[in-house]
Amino acid sequence: MNTFFSVLHRDILLAWRARADLLVALSFFVIVASLFPFGIGSEAEQLRTIGPGVVWVAALLASLLALPRLFAQDFDNGVLEQLLLSPEPSVIWVSAKILAHWLTTGLPLVLIAPLLGLMYRLEPGATQVLVASLMLGTPILSLLGAIGAALTLGLRGASSLLALLVLPLCVPVLVFGAGAVDAWAGGMSITPHLSLLGGASLAALALAPFACAAALRLACE
Amino acid sequence: MFDVDQLACQRGDRLLFRRLGFSLKPGELLRIAGANGMGKTSLLRLLAGLSPPAVGTLCWHGTSIHVQREAFHAALLYLGHAPALNELLTPVENLRFACTAAGTPVSHADCVAALSQIGLQHQTTLPCKVLSQGQRRRVGLARLFLAADRPLWILDEPFTALDADAVAGLTATLDAHCAAGGSVIFSSHQDVSFRTPLRILDVETFAP
Repeated sequence: MNTFFSVLHRDILLAWRARADLLVALSFFVIVASLFPFGIGSEAEQLRTIGPGVVWVAALLASLLALPRLFAQDFDNGVLEQLLLSPEPSVIWVSAKILAHWLTTGLPLVLIAPLLGLMYRLEPGATQVLVASLMLGTPILSLLGAIGAALTLGLRGASSLLALLVLPLCVPVLVFGAGAVDAWAGGMSITPHLSLLGGASLAALALAPFACAAALRLACE
Repeated sequence: MFDVDQLACQRGDRLLFRRLGFSLKPGELLRIAGANGMGKTSLLRLLAGLSPPAVGTLCWHGTSIHVQREAFHAALLYLGHAPALNELLTPVENLRFACTAAGTPVSHADCVAALSQIGLQHQTTLPCKVLSQGQRRRVGLARLFLAADRPLWILDEPFTALDADAVAGLTATLDAHCAAGGSVIFSSHQDVSFRTPLRILDVETFAP
């Protein structure tokens, strides 16, 4: 457990020291989401319909922006090698790194989403559902993204390859995430959508660290 | 204690060495020699268990290191080519993290003491990006003072970028470790004199 918390503490500290990078991802999220009304007009009803989907797509793209940095720095300066030599199972510190990544890139997106909901004139209830779906869905983006980041580590053009690998895998998350808000607006139950997101989140939490650790071991060979 | 037999290493299509073997006993100092590109770093990475050998066995106290990875890595200190530092962290933060990640948590005071011992007492609160190449190497090497209880040290080019005083300090540390019953495997191009009898293994003699 010592390893888990020391990796978590270090990664959050590093994110804080390089906080400009985090602001870039966050500003990207806000800007992408704000571009749509310029492209399709500012009719209130239309904005309300597309709002949840746009926020979700923007969140997906923004979380992709920070992914290449997840392991690249540690790979270049040899820290990853040292972590692989830790007597602790690698799943432990891989999980800590992914958690730190979600806390520093995923969580801020969730927290700023109500602001975008306001921009798209979502009703307070719809905004709440949107935030809940992001809360359950963004961990999946971090977990799947981490596998992609580990697989593309050290390759040429890693970040574009990473996007090609990860984006298609995130389609179900997008469908159920944005779908939850639509269901709420249509007066239907949101439980199935949120349950599916939560379930997928747990499945990714259970499996992704193992896949990620195996990929990192291969990358360091 | 550490027995290596019939080891072969392949990088891409190229066979770097084959039928390499040695046996290391407590208190022994082994230098890996060879020209650039002959596979010194690859050999050290194989020995540390970072990559699996194409052929051959590596046994620690009679059991393969791949069978008892956790026990072997708890007994090993490997310092690679890169000093394993993050530029945004201070030497103390880097050192403390490296030790905790390696499974031996140390206190802040221990880290400061280790850094002072290697001559970095005034740089403990600076971010590593402002340190020189040699100072960064020293931060990496400060781990040696905090890992005296690990019986096997594998060091990749530890003498690179160090000044004469630091080289003398490092040889003394390696001698002390061997005298205390530990073993050291290191690669180097420089001829450094030790008090401990030095065994030399030339990778080139095992080239195909």
